Amino acid sequence: MSAPLLQVRGLAVRYGGIEAVKGVDLDVYQGELVTLIGANGAGKTSTLKALAGLLRPAAGEVLLDGRPAGGVAPHQLIRQGLALVPEGRGVFPRLTVAENLDMGAYARSDTAAIAADLERVFGMFERLHERRGQKAGTLSGGEQQMLAIGRALMGRPRLLLLDEPSMGLAPLMVQKIMAVIRQVASEGMTVLLVEQNARLALQAAQRAYVMEGGRISFSDTAQACLGDPRVRAAYLGE
Amino acid sequence: MDIFLQQLVNGLVQGSIYALVALGYTMVYGIIELVNFAHGEVVMVGALVSLSVIQRLADRGLSGWGVIAAGILVSIPACMALGFAIERVAYRPLRRAPRLAPLISAIGVSIALQQLAALIWGRNFLHYPEVVARTPFHLGGAVITEVQLVILATAALLMAGLWFLVQRTRLGRAMRATAQNPAVAGLMGVDVDRIIATTFLIGSALAAVAGTLVGTYYNVGNHTMGFLLGMKAFTAAVLGGIGNLQGAMLGGLLLGVIENLGAGYLGNLTGGVIGSNYSDVLSFLMLVAVLVLRPSGLLGERSAEKV
Repeated sequence: MSAPLLQVRGLAVRYGGIEAVKGVDLDVYQGELVTLIGANGAGKTSTLKALAGLLRPAAGEVLLDGRPAGGVAPHQLIRQGLALVPEGRGVFPRLTVAENLDMGAYARSDTAAIAADLERVFGMFERLHERRGQKAGTLSGGEQQMLAIGRALMGRPRLLLLDEPSMGLAPLMVQKIMAVIRQVASEGMTVLLVEQNARLALQAAQRAYVMEGGRISFSDTAQACLGDPRVRAAYLGE
Repeated sequence: MDIFLQQLVNGLVQGSIYALVALGYTMVYGIIELVNFAHGEVVMVGALVSLSVIQRLADRGLSGWGVIAAGILVSIPACMALGFAIERVAYRPLRRAPRLAPLISAIGVSIALQQLAALIWGRNFLHYPEVVARTPFHLGGAVITEVQLVILATAALLMAGLWFLVQRTRLGRAMRATAQNPAVAGLMGVDVDRIIATTFLIGSALAAVAGTLVGTYYNVGNHTMGFLLGMKAFTAAVLGGIGNLQGAMLGGLLLGVIENLGAGYLGNLTGGVIGSNYSDVLSFLMLVAVLVLRPSGLLGERSAEKV
């Protein structure tokens, strides 16, 4: 196999004296949909935030396409091809849907390609097209999640990081969002998905890392994880 | 002469100056949730820099409005540099500090600037040379002077320009996004520090123009002139809903009109017990009333949205 698109080695994150992430190793290869699952407080979100530059790692190395990405200012990371859909979606509530999507392409200047991508996103999410002139704060939670994903795609990232996209959504909407994520991945996007809903994440992903107490406790193909008694007991409620 | 119409005209003129200053408060508050108490002093510096320029150019046979325009053109970059420096030195290092810290820093900057201005321009009231004639125009039952017309037109132009910048340009969109969620704006590739600095630059440029207009209108200035004006403009921003641009414009105009109507009628209404000199009290009473009845201001968002 060629070198991974995202290579994480020994990543540690500290909040004051508390070590939330204690040396995480993780690889994501081009075109893969990889999931990071684990209980609440296992350090999943901290790991993702450190990858996206929102937290400064205390130790470790993050390589994007072989180039160091750790400790770079967050507004530079999107220019290196890394987009994060944050936990809680983070849409701009008083910007319209269209303006939110435009913000996703803020770091780009290829006007024609941006317009084409906007059409693509509207094609993917009809709902967003219908509501393009509406303030994002008036959308439902599921629609906001679609907007957050569409906005991240507008940056044409090489790696899409998703933080708990199913959180707080109605079951039907969760199914829809997971279908969207699968579709995005099937079109060639490399995705790292952090989820508490382990079953859904494992059904969508090719490979999985299981996080426990700030460390990766093990990793395998998603299929194998679904059958693993430890995962079944701890995360699938069986 | 119709007192109501006259005071309405005077109020709109004064209010449009309040509005220009209020925009500076509200923009900074919208983006970093800081009441920049030094903003009134930036207006004062703008006024005094213009005064120096106007004094130097008066009596040289230049056109009066040309001289004032020169004052504005010099004071804008001076105030922008000042606003930029204030943010860098006094606020940015405290961005992650408890909220009281930058507030105290703001008051410190305000006092420091007043004293600095006293060193440069002295402590006496300075008079603006009368470079423009006070040609009166009759408007129904009221009189409006050329200076008043120019103030109204300038303020309207600047506010329209600002509205366009914020609502219709890429920079404006980034400013609004940063105000709503700086961390996510950063993820989109927005350099948040630069947006904050830009906000101070724009607010300071407006302050420079407002300072020059105030000086030209009242013909006096000194190192303390920014305090009351700043307080009034802050009141206007709160009245309209702090953080909201249209609110600052509306609040400024409203405050100016109410103050001037108060000055026109207070004496008659109270049989001379309370005179027009109480119009300042009126504006601060209004601030108290708004804070009690509608804490988010006339056009302000409900603060619950900040979750």
